Amino acid sequence: MTAWLLGVLQTLLFVVSAPLLAGWIKRVKCHMQNRAAPALWQPYRDLAKLLRKRVVLAEHASWVFRATPFIVFGATILAAAVVPLVLAQHPAAAVADVIVLVGFLALARFFTALAGMDIGTAFGGMGSSREMMIGALAEPVMLMAVFTLSMTASTTNLSEAVGYTLNGGLVLRPSFVFALLGLMMVAVAETGRIPVDNPATHLELTMVHEAMILEYSGRHLALIEWAAQIKLMVYMVLIANIFLPWGIATELTAQAAALGVTAIGAKLALLGVLLILWETVMAKMRLFRVPQFLGFAFLLSLLGMLTHVVLETGG
Amino acid sequence: MTALWLTLLIPLLGIAVGALIGQRRHAGWVNVALTAATLAAALWLAYTVLDRGPQLSPGKMFYIDAFNVYLVALTAFVGLTTAIFSRTYMLHEVERRRLGKRRMRLYHSMYQGFMFAMFAALTTNNVGILWVAMEGATLATVLLVSLYRTPEAIEAAWKYFILCGVGIAQALFGTVLLYFAAERVIPNPDDALLWNVLYAAASQLEPTVLTLAFVFLLVGYGTKVGLVPLHNWLPDAHSEGPTPMSAILSGLLLNVALYALVRMKMIVDGSLHSHLAGYLMMGFGMLSFLVAGLFLHRQRDIKRMFSYSSIEHMGLMTFAFGLGGALATFGALLHMTVHSLTKSAIFVTVGHAAQIAGTQSIEKIRGLIRTQPAVGWGLLIGAVAIAGFPPFGVFTSEFLVLTATMKSWPWLTPPLLVGLAIAFAGLFRHLHPMVYGEAPAGQQRVTANMLPVLLHLAFVLWLGLAIPAFLADWFSQATKLISGSSPL
Amino acid sequence: MDLTQLGLFDQAVLLFAAFVLFTSFVMLAQARIVPLIHTFAWQGALLAVTTALVAYATRHPHLYLSAGITLILKAALIPWLLHRLTVRLGIQREVEALAYPTLVLIAGGALVIFSYYVALPIVQLSAMVTRNTIAAGIAIVLLGMLLMIVRKKAISQVIGFMSIENGLFFAAVVSTYGMPMVVELGIAFDVLVAAVLFGVFFFQMRASIDSLDVDRLNRLREVDEPAPAPEETAP
Repeated sequence: MTAWLLGVLQTLLFVVSAPLLAGWIKRVKCHMQNRAAPALWQPYRDLAKLLRKRVVLAEHASWVFRATPFIVFGATILAAAVVPLVLAQHPAAAVADVIVLVGFLALARFFTALAGMDIGTAFGGMGSSREMMIGALAEPVMLMAVFTLSMTASTTNLSEAVGYTLNGGLVLRPSFVFALLGLMMVAVAETGRIPVDNPATHLELTMVHEAMILEYSGRHLALIEWAAQIKLMVYMVLIANIFLPWGIATELTAQAAALGVTAIGAKLALLGVLLILWETVMAKMRLFRVPQFLGFAFLLSLLGMLTHVVLETGG
Repeated sequence: MTALWLTLLIPLLGIAVGALIGQRRHAGWVNVALTAATLAAALWLAYTVLDRGPQLSPGKMFYIDAFNVYLVALTAFVGLTTAIFSRTYMLHEVERRRLGKRRMRLYHSMYQGFMFAMFAALTTNNVGILWVAMEGATLATVLLVSLYRTPEAIEAAWKYFILCGVGIAQALFGTVLLYFAAERVIPNPDDALLWNVLYAAASQLEPTVLTLAFVFLLVGYGTKVGLVPLHNWLPDAHSEGPTPMSAILSGLLLNVALYALVRMKMIVDGSLHSHLAGYLMMGFGMLSFLVAGLFLHRQRDIKRMFSYSSIEHMGLMTFAFGLGGALATFGALLHMTVHSLTKSAIFVTVGHAAQIAGTQSIEKIRGLIRTQPAVGWGLLIGAVAIAGFPPFGVFTSEFLVLTATMKSWPWLTPPLLVGLAIAFAGLFRHLHPMVYGEAPAGQQRVTANMLPVLLHLAFVLWLGLAIPAFLADWFSQATKLISGSSPL
Repeated sequence: MDLTQLGLFDQAVLLFAAFVLFTSFVMLAQARIVPLIHTFAWQGALLAVTTALVAYATRHPHLYLSAGITLILKAALIPWLLHRLTVRLGIQREVEALAYPTLVLIAGGALVIFSYYVALPIVQLSAMVTRNTIAAGIAIVLLGMLLMIVRKKAISQVIGFMSIENGLFFAAVVSTYGMPMVVELGIAFDVLVAAVLFGVFFFQMRASIDSLDVDRLNRLREVDEPAPAPEETAP
């Protein structure tokens, strides 16, 4: 029971701190580009403002359009609930493994795409079709990377996988390096960052995610924005905790928990800087180059799996 | 051992000499002198080996036995006669302004470089060095193939470089595998690539690894032998390079590559206790033999046609070596000799014929026997010899191979006979009008030195009528070495 | 074999072996000439690092020399030669149109699996810590061939050729801790000469067909060309 309670608390922490991470990333980016940076809690202010605002609905909006923000937000929270954040032992991980996690994210994407088409504007449909293309290419990569991991740890349960890596100590696994790189590229594509999509643009030719949610306003928009921030954090936590789990709390003491929070905070901050560095050196690529980008990510994941089979277990 | 050093050092010196004075008018004579000296050294070496048996050089780097010493002598001999031919031929090419001074330097230098690489490949005891020397032979000849700098020549040279380079890389991998297997049983790792050590320890080598190694070695050296389907470079390189180059490529390089393959087979056979290596060689050999025979019919370029004939004969030899047994091996060794003698003689005459007609196109070479009877007759007799008519030596060796086939694989005899007939028809269909047809107006006689052709064909005839006792003894020693039993 | 039971340096050997393999894939995907040369140089450097690691992990000091030769030859000299050639030929900005890039990469993956099966019998015989990387060596050779097959530019083909050489060297190092020194020196010499010859060739090719596109080399074919118009024969 305590375990579940802690699990819920952890998920709450996840959801609440996601905008903070988004604020951090924005700040770093502004510093990188020599701009005046907004405050760290600016995303909270934005969300609060949006939540207070009235929803403007399009005339032809169906129930899909109205339900989507809640479904997306819910599915993303469920996804967040599966990922070990501070505690390695997460009770939800036994119920829902990493494949379910991918499923939750796919569900959220599916409804976002439906909502994009629901109104019948040109932008929405365009965004949806682009999003589905990217999704169709990114999901296999993600699964492949995750399978590489689960083949090494012999489990798809994230908590156990984290435990496995922790127990093994420092082992230089070529397969992990490739899976990590592949997963990072997928994360970039899935969370709509440069070079696949630009979260800051409303330029009609290039938007993907923004095009789908163009018609949303008020609390609907707040939920979707929040979900997007959680999704970004899910990917980053996944990368941080699976491949470099050190610091995560394995026992239930206040000290360990405090260490866990600090560790994951530091790791996320570092990953955020990495992400911004990457975004600064990369240029937004044309849409039809995206399959090549994801193809390369697929190759990395495939190579991860192959090196696992060939180099780590073979013979 | 002095003879061995001389055999290797004279061509090595020749590289520098060719690079320094290759453009002079008398450079051809220097080239002849160098190859003549090499031949003398090679004969001396052959005499020592025949007199005193197999020799291992101090440091175990070189190993000479009956098998390679006869190829050394053959290589040196054909190298000399081709040098004699190349003197007048290349002068003629310079007069036609197809070649400049720098390229003549390159030509003479690389001619010697090629000879050196072949001698090194033949005499070395280290299978790794054997690979290095084979690759070296490619590198030495690749710029000679592109000597004329026409788009066709560049294409041929590029193909030659890339295909042989990639092919021979497979052989290196096979060598690595061989070393891998050897290292496990041979205590001193530095000895583990020495052929005589490997041969002695062959029965302890791991058969699975050696099987894999042989497949790679066969593909690698087989590319250089020109086995179908790895033969694509061969007709191009022969037809676009200068003719003396074609003569030594066909007459010598293919032999050396086959030599390397047979050396490898000897080790693999000792380890495998099965005939797998032989089967593989028989399969590839038969395929090359039949396919090349068919391709003979479609050729429009005279040098291309004869290069397909080379593929055909190399296929036959590979088949015979694969067949194993004393008779077939004896036949294959004899065939190596007579083929390289006949084929280089043919390329020499073809070179003259092409200079007479001013083209290599079969359709435009007509009536040679009227324009210049020596060349016409040379081409005719050479083709008769290579097609396997008695009393020439090619007939003898083909007859031996056929007999051996009939003994052990009777049902393979008909395809062999059919292949010979196809190749014969292909050759003569093109040859007849070239030799007898009406000479077109304006054909010019050229200064032709038919001495090499005469020498070669006389030798082939001699070998066909009666193999001299010392040579027969020599061949049977080599046969005993390769097949383990004596033919006589 | 369990990775966790190996020493850290043995693990590092495997890791770097995987990186060398990875550079082969990067070369397959790289369409621009100069980055392709740089990737090739990286492969050489990683190869040298792997060799040095093998030397350290297995205490075979003679491999340090091989690593040094590789570093000088494959990571510095040959890439430098190639780079200088591209500058002198004025092709450093050229981008090659890749046909079926994704398909080629998938084919590359299939080749890795194939090499794994080819290497299995050898791997089972060996007790060396590096035995699993033999398959990677074969894969690098095959990927080099794939690069030569799918590329049309002469310079890319040369890089494919050289990376085949890298794969062979790699296979020799990890399966037998390197060939005897005299053989290795001979191979290094051959590779160097080949690199120089390729350079000569580029200029010859440019002079004769005004391009480095290997597709333009298509005059010699086995198909029967239409016979030239019959010329007037002498009466």
